[in-house]
Amino acid sequence: MEIYWLLGIPLSGGVFLALWGNRRNAPEINALFSLLTLIAAAALTARIIEHGPMTVGGEGWFFIDPFNVFLVALTAFVAFTTSLFSRPYMRIEKEHGRLNDKRLRLYHSSYQIFIAAMLLALTTNNMGILWVSMEAATLATVLLVSLYRSPASLEAAWKYFILCGVGIAQALFGTILLYFAAEKVLGSGGTALLWTHLNEVKTQLEPTVLQLAFVFLLVGYGTKVGLAPLHNWLPDAHAEGPTPVSAVLSGLLLNVALYAVMRSKVLVDGALGTDMAGNLMMGFGLLSVVLAAFLIKRQTDVKRMFAYSSIEHMGLVTFAFGMGGAVASFAGLLHMTMHSLTKSAIFFAVGHATQKAGTQLMDDIRGLIKTNPTIGWGLMLGTIAILGVPPFGVFASEFLIITTAMHEHPWATPFLLLALGVAFASIFGKVQPMVFGETEMPRLPYQPALTPVFIHLGLVLMLGLFIPPYLATWYRQAAALLGG
Amino acid sequence: MALSYPLQVVNLLAALLLLISFAMLSQRRIAGLVTLFAVQGAALSLSTAIVAWSTGQHHLYYSAALTLGLKVFAMPYYFFRLIRKLDVDRDVEPMITIPTTMLIGIVLVIFAFNLAMPISQMSGTVTRSTLGIAMASVLLAFLMMITRSKAIPQVIGFLAMENGLFFAATSATYGMPMVVEMGVALDVLVGVFVLGIFFFQIRETFDSLDLKHMEKLKER
Repeated sequence: MEIYWLLGIPLSGGVFLALWGNRRNAPEINALFSLLTLIAAAALTARIIEHGPMTVGGEGWFFIDPFNVFLVALTAFVAFTTSLFSRPYMRIEKEHGRLNDKRLRLYHSSYQIFIAAMLLALTTNNMGILWVSMEAATLATVLLVSLYRSPASLEAAWKYFILCGVGIAQALFGTILLYFAAEKVLGSGGTALLWTHLNEVKTQLEPTVLQLAFVFLLVGYGTKVGLAPLHNWLPDAHAEGPTPVSAVLSGLLLNVALYAVMRSKVLVDGALGTDMAGNLMMGFGLLSVVLAAFLIKRQTDVKRMFAYSSIEHMGLVTFAFGMGGAVASFAGLLHMTMHSLTKSAIFFAVGHATQKAGTQLMDDIRGLIKTNPTIGWGLMLGTIAILGVPPFGVFASEFLIITTAMHEHPWATPFLLLALGVAFASIFGKVQPMVFGETEMPRLPYQPALTPVFIHLGLVLMLGLFIPPYLATWYRQAAALLGG
Repeated sequence: MALSYPLQVVNLLAALLLLISFAMLSQRRIAGLVTLFAVQGAALSLSTAIVAWSTGQHHLYYSAALTLGLKVFAMPYYFFRLIRKLDVDRDVEPMITIPTTMLIGIVLVIFAFNLAMPISQMSGTVTRSTLGIAMASVLLAFLMMITRSKAIPQVIGFLAMENGLFFAATSATYGMPMVVEMGVALDVLVGVFVLGIFFFQIRETFDSLDLKHMEKLKER
């Protein structure tokens, strides 16, 4: 039952806000819908932890297991905190004259529909519907990226639409091929694309077709994960859209796209019995990590820099999942969580900093610690966390990934360590003067909404020091589902 | 093996589809492109209907009707209205000359046929021989997206690509499950409307729909 609430709440929120999203209290309504979604997600999670995987509806239209319920919980949580952050943030944007009522209505409505699309992608059992909802998530955010209507934001949104559109068309072809293989075993009709059905017969699926299908699926969904060399849309879309949108794109959408890749990988591994899928993912992942690390060095725009950092971290997660095995999959899942929480926290802090400075250029943002200590510390701690400094949780997951790589693929470790080192030096070198530099700017006139930042960072810190046993079991179950 | 009469018609329509893909590559005017897109949709819809009739796959009738409604009437109508409102029907100059594009196109077709060969041999459908054509038209549409710098031709390229994928699904597996096909159609429809809004935004900001203005965001 919870599943219908989970999908119905944000969807009705989207419709409601499309009609009344220009009201004065629309931001609060947006947060309320997000809170209700979070409650539904929590109820669903509780049920899965208690009863194990389940299918819901008809012939099993929805399928929930520890792997996707963990992402459902994460998505609903970050969506809620982002809606809290966006409440004052978007109001100030309106006061600055960058937005009007009509655009705020579009923003609130699209936000809810975007969340609904992601949750549908996570919970559906049908590989075809997974594709449909991924595309819906893109469409819901295209107009959000261009919300400011500046030339740069329009260009970013166009790039986002076209590149992701082409990418996702590849994924559709992959899905067609998957259906083609499945139909031979399961017979034609609606059930042949159900993941649970496919999973049962995965060893009988035609290997050559599945091999080709996986290449298309990886390239297609990989475009949305932001894997190099298909990452071109990502920095633009993150930098030019409003900051709450950057936070959910980076913290959530990338995860959901990677989830789609992983679901396909499990099937392909079963059919092929080789490491082909894993090797491809490791290759793409490693390339993304290295390329992003060196591109970070050249950035001048703070949101762009952290967008490249997202590519780096998603590359790392893809690499970990590519290695496979219990420890690497566990580390990948942990890193996914840490990255979502930390990166969205950073975007919240960066959002306030850029809003105050009126620019996203790092050279023009100085001395945040003096103008507003909360923002300054939020940004600094977030940066330290994402760079993998202990005791934050990112350290734990990166450590696990690298030690596993040393064991199983020693050739990759120098690249990983080099890339992480370069990223560390560049990001820290750029953020440090932003926070501690000299400034003559006056203090911030209003109180920033930074509770979400410290909640996120607190969680990351806690998970770095101590992972509660039930959470660890949960992660292990999810990792096992990925073929650990 | 002699092909039955309806299948010969399907093969003929498949050939027509490929021909239209090439015609799109060589078309300079936006209105001409929209017309070609509508004709392509009609060929697709007709061939789907014939496959449905000759194989008794009834759900394909719905797909055929969906294609007819959306891609032959609704979308071209919407595009013509956009063209009139935005007043953009001038010659579109591709970034690579048309003869060169055609030559690349031929190479792509050969590549597509080679790629499709192992799959179509495994397929049990009577229409499997057209899978190569479907893949070729996907690649040709992709080529068109790359070589055009204006917004509307790029989107038509995107939709033509979707046509090719749809044709691939029909010829390899008699179409995707109905719920998926409905979902894809919904996405395409919403996408076209989002883009319609988007065109106006681009036009308002840049005074043109030429994407050459949009080359600011690059790594330096």
